[in-house]
Amino acid sequence: MSGEVKHEWPLFEVFVRAKRGLNHVHVGSLRAADHEMALHHARDLYTRRNEGVSIWVVKSDDVVASGPDDKDAFFAPSGDKAYRHPTYYAIPESVPHI
Amino acid sequence: MSEQVFEATIAKDQRIEPRDWMPDGYRKTMIRQIAQHAHSEIIGMQPEGAWITRAPSLRRKAILLAKVQDEAGHGLYLYSAAETLGADRGDLTRRLIEGRQKYSSIFNYPTLTFADVGVIGWLVDGAAICNQVPLCRSSFGPYARAMIRICKEESFHQRQGYELLMTMMRGTQAQRDMVQDAVNRWWWPSLMMFGPPDAESPNTAQSMAWKIKRHTNDELRQRFVDMSVPQADALGITLPDADLRWNADREHYDFGEIDWSELKRVISGDGPMNQERIANRRRADEEGAWVREAAAAHAAKKQAVPA
Repeated sequence: MSGEVKHEWPLFEVFVRAKRGLNHVHVGSLRAADHEMALHHARDLYTRRNEGVSIWVVKSDDVVASGPDDKDAFFAPSGDKAYRHPTYYAIPESVPHI
Repeated sequence: MSEQVFEATIAKDQRIEPRDWMPDGYRKTMIRQIAQHAHSEIIGMQPEGAWITRAPSLRRKAILLAKVQDEAGHGLYLYSAAETLGADRGDLTRRLIEGRQKYSSIFNYPTLTFADVGVIGWLVDGAAICNQVPLCRSSFGPYARAMIRICKEESFHQRQGYELLMTMMRGTQAQRDMVQDAVNRWWWPSLMMFGPPDAESPNTAQSMAWKIKRHTNDELRQRFVDMSVPQADALGITLPDADLRWNADREHYDFGEIDWSELKRVISGDGPMNQERIANRRRADEEGAWVREAAAAHAAKKQAVPA
């Protein structure tokens, strides 16, 4: 990166709810000076064709994410807990509605 | 270990995500390709943007405005994808302005008449779609997702162009001549959009192995020719290639030799519009600087004094 003064605005992550009843889904990021501008830019950039009914913007710096290296520590334990799944339990065919 | 995970992910046809380990070469290639693509969208606003004030009707003006706005959007989706790899979009813009990064050679040709707007939609965006549809399965997740969004919007671009040309072909002889003239000028540069022939494309093998690219330049070029010929017939124009004919053995159209020296010339900066395109981009960046600084100052002030 060059040493000169950076005039870039901070990065924001954008989440759009496609329609009522669905989750907000991450769609990408953009640069804006503040939250209000980020919201306006998100509308112009990510919802030009009725893609959404609601937008969230979050400063990228504020997102704390698990890393790929955390994968085992975070997610491996659920792999050996098969008893959390309904298919773990054998029920005779003759028993209805279960 | 990390390299094995990377290779296994590619082999299983799964996506690489920004925080995954990846070889330096993969990261560099991805940043270069995404940046070049983003620059093409942004520079690509200029040839058609030049006709917004001169569009022949309010309907055509609204369509053209929406299309050029889409190109801006596509550029921004792509800069956003490049930033997930640690690139900085301000830095990428500087590289473009200083000629250190490239954009598609096609945007270095002038738009002389309104028929050019139609032909760009039909042929240039048509070629772009041929290139971009396989990129929706590119191995880098953020790029593939941006391409899905872009391809959906690109279909409007091609259809509005073809419809514009059909309308002109139903008009006067002068209008039909205008369409033919535009096709004559844009056909060969459109074929060049797919890049050098496979034999002279040294990066293709590595990009295919990494599944960044899914088809070779020549495969995509052939697909584009095969798609375009019947569309040209339906339109009632002639493609400017005496060697263009159906080859029943290959089940493809044969076509004439491309003037690769022209592509080399235009890529290296000596096309008809290279200087003007970059000068405009530089001017927009410089004249917009005070707006970016003022917005940043305003945001800083607001943060210092909570409402």
